[in-house]
Amino acid sequence: MRLTTLTLAMTLAAGTAFANPVVPGDVTYTEYGAVEASLSGAAGDAAEGAKVVSTRSMGNCVACHQVSALDAAFQGNVGPSLDGVGDRWNEAELRGIVADAKMTYEGTMMPSFYKTTGYIRPGDAYTGKAAKGELEPLLSAQQIEDVVAFLMTLKTQ
Amino acid sequence: MLRTTTTALAAGLIAVATGAWADPSENDLVINGDLEITTHAEAPAYIEGLSEIYSGWRFREVDTQATQMDDFDNPAFLAVDAAQEAWDTVDGDAGKSCASCHGDAMESMAGVRATYPKWNADAEEVRTLAMQINACRTDNMEAAEYGYTSNDMTGMEALISVASRGMPVNVAIDGPVQSTWEQGKEMYYTRYGQLELSCANCHEDNYGNYIRADHLSQGQINGFPVYRLKNTKLNQVQDRFKGCIRDTRAETFKPGSPEFVALELYVASRGNGLDVEAPSVRN
Ligand code: HEC
Ligand code: HEC
Repeated sequence: MRLTTLTLAMTLAAGTAFANPVVPGDVTYTEYGAVEASLSGAAGDAAEGAKVVSTRSMGNCVACHQVSALDAAFQGNVGPSLDGVGDRWNEAELRGIVADAKMTYEGTMMPSFYKTTGYIRPGDAYTGKAAKGELEPLLSAQQIEDVVAFLMTLKTQ
Repeated sequence: MLRTTTTALAAGLIAVATGAWADPSENDLVINGDLEITTHAEAPAYIEGLSEIYSGWRFREVDTQATQMDDFDNPAFLAVDAAQEAWDTVDGDAGKSCASCHGDAMESMAGVRATYPKWNADAEEVRTLAMQINACRTDNMEAAEYGYTSNDMTGMEALISVASRGMPVNVAIDGPVQSTWEQGKEMYYTRYGQLELSCANCHEDNYGNYIRADHLSQGQINGFPVYRLKNTKLNQVQDRFKGCIRDTRAETFKPGSPEFVALELYVASRGNGLDVEAPSVRN
């Protein structure tokens, strides 16, 4: 990875008290696409995760997935319903799917939310213009953790 | 209690979204009570990912469908009327109108829209209908070009399309256009932008499904130019391509660019067998 001044500054500030956020290029995926450790070094907040999942300008996961626990209108059906995903996958597996689903499902249509390279003609958000400078991942490390915490609550019992 | 109600309401919406409405409707498109339009056909053999093709009309709500069934209700016909006037009006240094060379548009232009984009042997290039309109303006009329996606252009495209309504799209894909067609095909399957989505991801693999509130069609272009209720004007096909690519968080191409000409040729060929139904109405 490139050690930018930003990540360097974060390294210094964080010291030893917290684990550093893992930058997108440094995430380690298991053979099956799971990510064992928290990307932010902190625990996720399920309520925040629910917001990320249903908000258009954030994860907008409901564009493609139906989630009964959310009352967001017009949930899509391009991907499977997320009801019960907390039973189907463990935390590390869900983190891997949300960070980069292509590591779990080869060629999947699901976007990679924690990735910054390898794109064809990346744009500057939704302006249609070319991206300026380095790309930000679609979601931050903490947002990914929040989403994973929310997904873990989706159990059928 | 309140919470249960909103959840139940949301569940109701989902039931609508994924229920009987998910597939293309079975309705038939008959315009003005007598012009039958083919909106469903067997897919051409060279489209590996589809066995059947459907016009975008099949995926729209009943009210939107109805607006296209009568030319008096179809708001695109205001632009068609304006274009008919432009057709008959002298413009440019050569002192000619379109009518000076082509006479009655409904006769001379019958079948034209159905075969574009196509090869122009003199210019040795693949031409879209918009490019041909501009070539007539500059070369034959010595008038200024229309902006590629301007209202003048979409209106003129709509007028010319009316003369082909109900005729099957029949775009050539071989001979001198073949390499351009291949380029367009490659673009169709390229996963652009930070969302890494190709045209095929949405319009081949997922037509009939919903992305949020949008009911995905096959992205066919037999209905272009399209009057959209959303922006209340006629929309040029390459402007639509631009919007779809922008929505993948990608850097788009420009309308009129060689890339979009290639993509238009390829996408048009995916609709070979559907009837020209432009100017159509969509949401
Ligand atoms: C553009 C469509 C799209 C978007 C947006 C999307 N997904 Fe997905 N997702 C899919 C598809 C398609 C699959 C099925 C995987 C496959 O077979 O390709 C999937 C699979 C999953 C799975 C596994 C589901 C199961 O039943 O096992 C989870 C969990 C998931 N997605 C979570 C998310 C979250 C969280 C977000 C937002 C941060 C999101 N998805 C955004 C398309 C999408
Ligand atoms: C993220 C999903 C997505 C991608 C990727 C996408 N589109 Fe679309 N497209 C849509 C939606 C949603 C609509 C509006 C509903 C409809 O007509 O399907 C649409 C509409 C269209 C229409 C209008 C159809 C009509 O009947 O009015 C055309 C043409 C089209 N798309 C072509 C393309 C092409 C070509 C590409 C690739 C360059 C592409 N689309 C990529 C989502 C997408």
